Amino acid sequence: MKWARIFGIGFLLMVTLACLLAPFVAPSYAHQFRDEPDAAPSNQHLLGTDDLGRDRFARVLYGTRVSLLLAPAAALLSSLLAVLIGGAAGFLGGWVERLVMAATDLFLSLPWLFLLITVRALLPLNVSPITSVAITFVLLGCLGWAAAARVVCADARSLAHSDFILLARASGSSGFRLLWRQVVPNLRPIVFAQFWISIPVFILTEANLGVLGLGVAEPLPSWGSLLRELQSYSAITGQPWQFVPLILFVAVVSCFHLVLLEQESLA
Amino acid sequence: MLSRFARHAGKIALTLALGGFLGATLVRVAPGFGVDEAELDSRLSTQSIEALRRSQPPTQNLASFYGHYLARLFHGDLGTSRSLQRPVAELVRERAPETAKSVALGLALGWALGLSLAIAVVISRSWALDMFASLLGGTLLCLPAAVLALLFLISRMPGRLVLALIVFPNIFRYSRTLLVRAAAAPHVLMARATGLKNVSVLFSHILWPAAPQLLALAGVSVSIAFTAAIPVEALCDLPGLGQLAWKAALSRDLYLLVTLTMIVALVTLVANSFSDLLAQAMAHNRTEVTA
Repeated sequence: MKWARIFGIGFLLMVTLACLLAPFVAPSYAHQFRDEPDAAPSNQHLLGTDDLGRDRFARVLYGTRVSLLLAPAAALLSSLLAVLIGGAAGFLGGWVERLVMAATDLFLSLPWLFLLITVRALLPLNVSPITSVAITFVLLGCLGWAAAARVVCADARSLAHSDFILLARASGSSGFRLLWRQVVPNLRPIVFAQFWISIPVFILTEANLGVLGLGVAEPLPSWGSLLRELQSYSAITGQPWQFVPLILFVAVVSCFHLVLLEQESLA
Repeated sequence: MLSRFARHAGKIALTLALGGFLGATLVRVAPGFGVDEAELDSRLSTQSIEALRRSQPPTQNLASFYGHYLARLFHGDLGTSRSLQRPVAELVRERAPETAKSVALGLALGWALGLSLAIAVVISRSWALDMFASLLGGTLLCLPAAVLALLFLISRMPGRLVLALIVFPNIFRYSRTLLVRAAAAPHVLMARATGLKNVSVLFSHILWPAAPQLLALAGVSVSIAFTAAIPVEALCDLPGLGQLAWKAALSRDLYLLVTLTMIVALVTLVANSFSDLLAQAMAHNRTEVTA
């Protein structure tokens, strides 16, 4: 499977690079071609234009950038919360661990999308696009910590009872210092794995929310809002190029799964 | 067995009580709590608005709100939907059969497809079949439930089948791993070497040892199917609980949304506990037989 991983990494790097260079690759993002709505692909518009005359290729690049850069940010937030909550619970043990485990049980018993849309509905829906991006991804980060915290807690618990921690205690190290200097660095592989496997999950969830109209708000593109265009049946029957965001989406998430095979077995 | 059952029941009750507290907090602290939308009608006079406010129950503090919320919940009063102006219990009664039908069909088809493909891969040990099934499962895993629902809608296929395609890759992926591991055990090799037929090797030496984990997977798959029901029902216009949850989210009907989340959580908790208990009972029986 080595070649598959190399292909996956290469493809992800290429897409990320294209997204980062979007202002140069697709400079027409901010323009609206009002006299060319629903245009077919051409040299000027590689994937044509949408019903508002916006260059679809530019929107795909910018939408991919939003999803591809913010999903890792959300994964980072959830991993940090998992280390903070799960690591401390596993290290301290006793009632703290029981309390945290009860909280993770509660979070994990609530179906993920139900919980997410419940909390999303609590927050304002009519907000600016930038605020909607922040709300969507912070929410993903804040609600996605439970499964990772459980794994981190189990790892921290076994570390807390290991010989080198006993030795560190015997040499006078205790409390926060012991946790920060001895336990947290040893949690790194498991946290890394949790971070990586959260990314495709968050990308998929954002897409689900976006298609349902609860994700990133227009006019800012994201994979969710781009995939939402598939709803207009009459438009896509004559415009197969509208499937390009979907194909890119599946390719990117598949590449994440290919790259993460090893991490998944670790987590 | 009875003590295990009691422990599971206690855990479910505790989780639901905690969930109720969280839900009540969400409803209570949400912006606009206790404000009737009718107050925003510019045609109403100050006296009418005052009369409207007087008709509302007094805004309680958080503690008494919790008390009332849970007391009503335990008495089966699920409150009234603000957006639909109907009792939540009535809405749930109306829509639950639709979701139950979709979820049951999705689970049955997803399990049948996933498990039979996993069994075929293990029995045939065919590289091509394994590759095909893994690719199919992998691709489906990469598609958001909402997009699958849209694709079904475009191709005018029954929306209910989408749930099967969402459950299938998860079942295939985990059951394949479990069965491949079970098939690689030394006693299976021994059974094959003694000339046992494929069918008896499969049932007695591969499926039976993997049964407790497969039962655990059955519990998890209920949660997967329920979660996917939201986008599928919303986009395929199936009048179930998922569609109700989506409508409640868009209209910020938190009372309805929290209650629905609790109901679905209860169903998934019961399904998980049931599969856990069955798996434990099987493991217990096996230990007794071995002893």
